[in-house]
Amino acid sequence: MDRSTLLPMPIDIDIAHVARLARLDLPEDELDTLRSQLSAILEHAAKVQSLDTEGVEPSNHPLGFVNAFREDVVTGSLDRDEVLAMAPEARDGYFAAPPAMSQE
Amino acid sequence: MSVGWEPVIGIEVHVELATQSKMFCGCAVSFGEAPNTNVCPTCLALPGALPVTNGKAIEWIIKIGLALHCEISEWSVFHRKNYFYADLPKNYQISQYDVPVCHDGWLDIDVDGETARIGIERAHQEEDTGKSLHMGEGGRIHAATETLLDFNRAGVPLVEVVSKPDIRSAAQARAYAQTLRQVIAELGVSDARLEEGSIRFDANISVRQGPDAEFGTKVEIKNMNSFRSLEKAVDFEIKRQIAELEAEGTIIQETRHWDEEAAVTTSMRTKEGSSDYRYFTEPDLVPLVVTPEWREHILSTLPELPHQRKDRYLALGVDTQTALALSSADTALRSLFEDTVGAGADAKAAANWITGEVVAWMRRESVDTIDVDSASVAEMIGMIDANELSASAAKEVLDGILRGEGTARAVAESRDLIQMTDTGAIESAVDSVLADNPDAVERYRAGEQKVVGFLVGQVMRATQGKADPKAVNGLLREKLS
Amino acid sequence: MSLADLTITDAAAGLRAGSHSSVDLTEAVLERASMTEAEVHAYLTIDREAALDAARAADAELAAGEDRGMLHGIPIALKDNMCQRGVETTAASQILAGYRPPYDATVVTRLRDAGAVLIGKANLDEFAMGSSTENSAYGPSRNPWDTGRVPGGSSGGSAAAVAAGSALGALGSDTGGSIRQPGSLCGVVGMKPTYGTVSRYGLIAFASSLDQIGPITRTVDDAVAVLESISGHDPLDATSWAGDYPDLTSEIDAGVAGKRIGVVSEFAGEGYEPAVTGALSHTLDQLSDAGAEVVEVSLPTVELALSAYYLIAPAECSANLARFDGMRYGLRVDGETTEELMARTRARGFGPEVIRRILLGTYALSAGYYDAFYGQAHKARTVLRTEFAAAYEKVDVLMSPTSPTVAFPFDAKSDPLSMYLSDVCTIPSNLSGDPAISVPVGLDGRGLPIGVQVMAPAMGEPVLFGVAKTIERLAGFDARPAMVEELA
Ligand SMILES: [Zn+2]
Repeated sequence: MDRSTLLPMPIDIDIAHVARLARLDLPEDELDTLRSQLSAILEHAAKVQSLDTEGVEPSNHPLGFVNAFREDVVTGSLDRDEVLAMAPEARDGYFAAPPAMSQE
Repeated sequence: MSVGWEPVIGIEVHVELATQSKMFCGCAVSFGEAPNTNVCPTCLALPGALPVTNGKAIEWIIKIGLALHCEISEWSVFHRKNYFYADLPKNYQISQYDVPVCHDGWLDIDVDGETARIGIERAHQEEDTGKSLHMGEGGRIHAATETLLDFNRAGVPLVEVVSKPDIRSAAQARAYAQTLRQVIAELGVSDARLEEGSIRFDANISVRQGPDAEFGTKVEIKNMNSFRSLEKAVDFEIKRQIAELEAEGTIIQETRHWDEEAAVTTSMRTKEGSSDYRYFTEPDLVPLVVTPEWREHILSTLPELPHQRKDRYLALGVDTQTALALSSADTALRSLFEDTVGAGADAKAAANWITGEVVAWMRRESVDTIDVDSASVAEMIGMIDANELSASAAKEVLDGILRGEGTARAVAESRDLIQMTDTGAIESAVDSVLADNPDAVERYRAGEQKVVGFLVGQVMRATQGKADPKAVNGLLREKLS
Repeated sequence: MSLADLTITDAAAGLRAGSHSSVDLTEAVLERASMTEAEVHAYLTIDREAALDAARAADAELAAGEDRGMLHGIPIALKDNMCQRGVETTAASQILAGYRPPYDATVVTRLRDAGAVLIGKANLDEFAMGSSTENSAYGPSRNPWDTGRVPGGSSGGSAAAVAAGSALGALGSDTGGSIRQPGSLCGVVGMKPTYGTVSRYGLIAFASSLDQIGPITRTVDDAVAVLESISGHDPLDATSWAGDYPDLTSEIDAGVAGKRIGVVSEFAGEGYEPAVTGALSHTLDQLSDAGAEVVEVSLPTVELALSAYYLIAPAECSANLARFDGMRYGLRVDGETTEELMARTRARGFGPEVIRRILLGTYALSAGYYDAFYGQAHKARTVLRTEFAAAYEKVDVLMSPTSPTVAFPFDAKSDPLSMYLSDVCTIPSNLSGDPAISVPVGLDGRGLPIGVQVMAPAMGEPVLFGVAKTIERLAGFDARPAMVEELA
């Protein structure tokens, strides 16, 4: 049974939108290459659509266990100097970054 | 408001749980500490770190769900909600999507003596973000020149309670928020402090032409930091939308920001187009299963909640308005009531005195809490019943009790307020007043009825106000007839 | 023969017999590395002084009678996607250049507790995405059997180190075959345990529902020894199994007499090198002669496993790698706004394959495509598991080639899809969560090693190791790379 023709094929990927969602600032030509590579991969991946999955549940942990909880106890935190030493930029105990919005 | 417009309001409430540790790591949950001191690999999203669910938080969201009459999902899962933001360390939030822990409940609210039942769509478990400080130019995001990030709050357990769009006015919106806050506070699962952000409200508002019309385009309002600003913001937004629509404009689906100073909502104009959170099941966690036994156990730990308390007060004979006021009053007043009734006082009288004169006294004296002997209040009510205290004398006795001057009787005695109950003494006072005022007696007999008031006043003066004015009145009329 | 070429089992015995010390072993391994690394590039970081300190400490403990078990004093390599406190850990990515974790992965803690000597951090495909190590931002590793060829991947550095003698054993991580395929291509044993039996805490995540840490060693016994020390419940990993664990050695010498072995019929035909299918047939014949019953088993859904995998793994990775944003650690490329900073940092910091998979996963999860792609892939995963479970009703283990080919030359698979196909036999076990192992059985005509794969049901490690050890014994594979023969 081949149901793949019944389903939407990802021929036209809005690659710029996907790149923006993924926060990847890529040049135009790279995006073009990626668009065609992704199309080819997705065409292959779209084969899963041929499987009849009527009534099938999505998978979970293979050993099927549930409710892995920790006790509500404080087990300690990292030393702030060590934490901020990793930071590209830090100030007054904070991580520092440019503004959230551009200055108009 | 023009005829025919009906507001449709839904409210989303975010509640930070007051667990010892964060939702998915062992960092302390605490407010107001030095930045980035309660952080670890997990809540900083260091490479390789993993989340493990805080069992207490799950117990508490079930508690919240049960208090809001929700169905508790026997099976639910966490999802990843994907969006990039500087204060979201993983750039996804662990949240719940299509199967929340709690769904389909309700909460009754009272506005102007009318009870409305507001549906609860869902309550789901998630984690809080860190805090961004927008530096420069008054801390406003649009004018900021730098962002400083503190992740102490990142990963604090957060429960989101989403109402159904059942709210129909700004006053109801406020009442819903206040009632929900009180339930949360009484469950003991959150500090529920608006000013610290441990409980936060967003409102979704639309208007439509009458109760049968389809819902209009909804607008989300954020940044309301008090119940008052919630009510004002909702009221403003309803009026704004009606004005827009009546000017034949349209409503844009958007998020608006409540500007407390200007008392207006303004568009947040985000550059982001329609959000696409790409939810998928969190593979680092396993499903949550709430067995009937677990649910029952949690149910058995629920304290009495305001609406249950109200019903109990009504059954004790307290009138509706007073029951309502008392059931949502603070703990000190409620226990004063319970203890006063426990000490033998009539429930209705106790409720009236406590919600009336005690509260008024506290307001006059500008005190937030009282420490009062409930037995004295019960004694005072007993003395009123026994005609030993007049209403006005009782207020003075109460003042003495609240000031710690002693028991009701001690105050009444030391302030010399005990009503004269000896009919013989009243009678002789009446007799001497009649003897001293022959003119008045004459005028009364000539048909001038109102002169009785003067004579009562004379008797009260003679008894230093301790005689029961009703008894004096009766006795005078009897002797004059 | 150099001490660097000992099995863990023999090295451990020698330590206790006094024939060598841990310092001797460690020095031999470090010396081997100094001779082979220029060609093989198995490591991104070698921590020589720390290794020798650990070796001295192990010697002192053993001398004092404090025996921590089989790995005590044994030089082990870690794949560089496992966090080791204070030691640069990059997952072979520019975005983590210079990053030193402030904590140890649970496997690192366990290896330390077992007294192992941590030699260094082995090379990999960036964030474990790849099958050749060609995607390492720091240059590929080379196959010790033929340095013109890849060692496989993504745990190519770990496998190459074990094959070259620059570690006695190593840890790899396996998301779609990343332990077994390089094991096969480098002529060593590579084993992926049951999902949930080895903690992932501190493993830099690629695809959380598929990733599993496991051993890469020279023998099956060595794999058992390493797995014994690293497996077990970890409260820091919510997906870690908290119940009983089987005794890994309970069937190790049981042989295969009376065992039913299923051969997966879908793993043959086009794309499979004749030497590879020939080696598998030969092994099956040997097993049959040893008393096993070999039957053909069809698992039709494995044909779709690769498709499902290339939706699930990228989707999970698109979220797992979102944290690399230049805000708190690692590379930062400046921007006017936080958004611009993040987008520039990520575009510069990630290599092409990682970018490809992030975009693929972002697309597969995005509005309008979720049901057709990600949702359907997860249902296919359920169907596949059901098929595996049904097969294990009839057979004790399943077998297949580990990889359709032997080690291939660099740049041979520049098209991403053809590279993905090299994981076709290994991916199903990741989707099912079941354990699987690759055992070297021989060389092809060009002298390149060939492995066979054994798969077992979840928690079926005892039977898996029993069958694997029998294969190892029957194959009698004792060839070593020419470069090692020359040095030995
Ligand atoms: Zn933390």
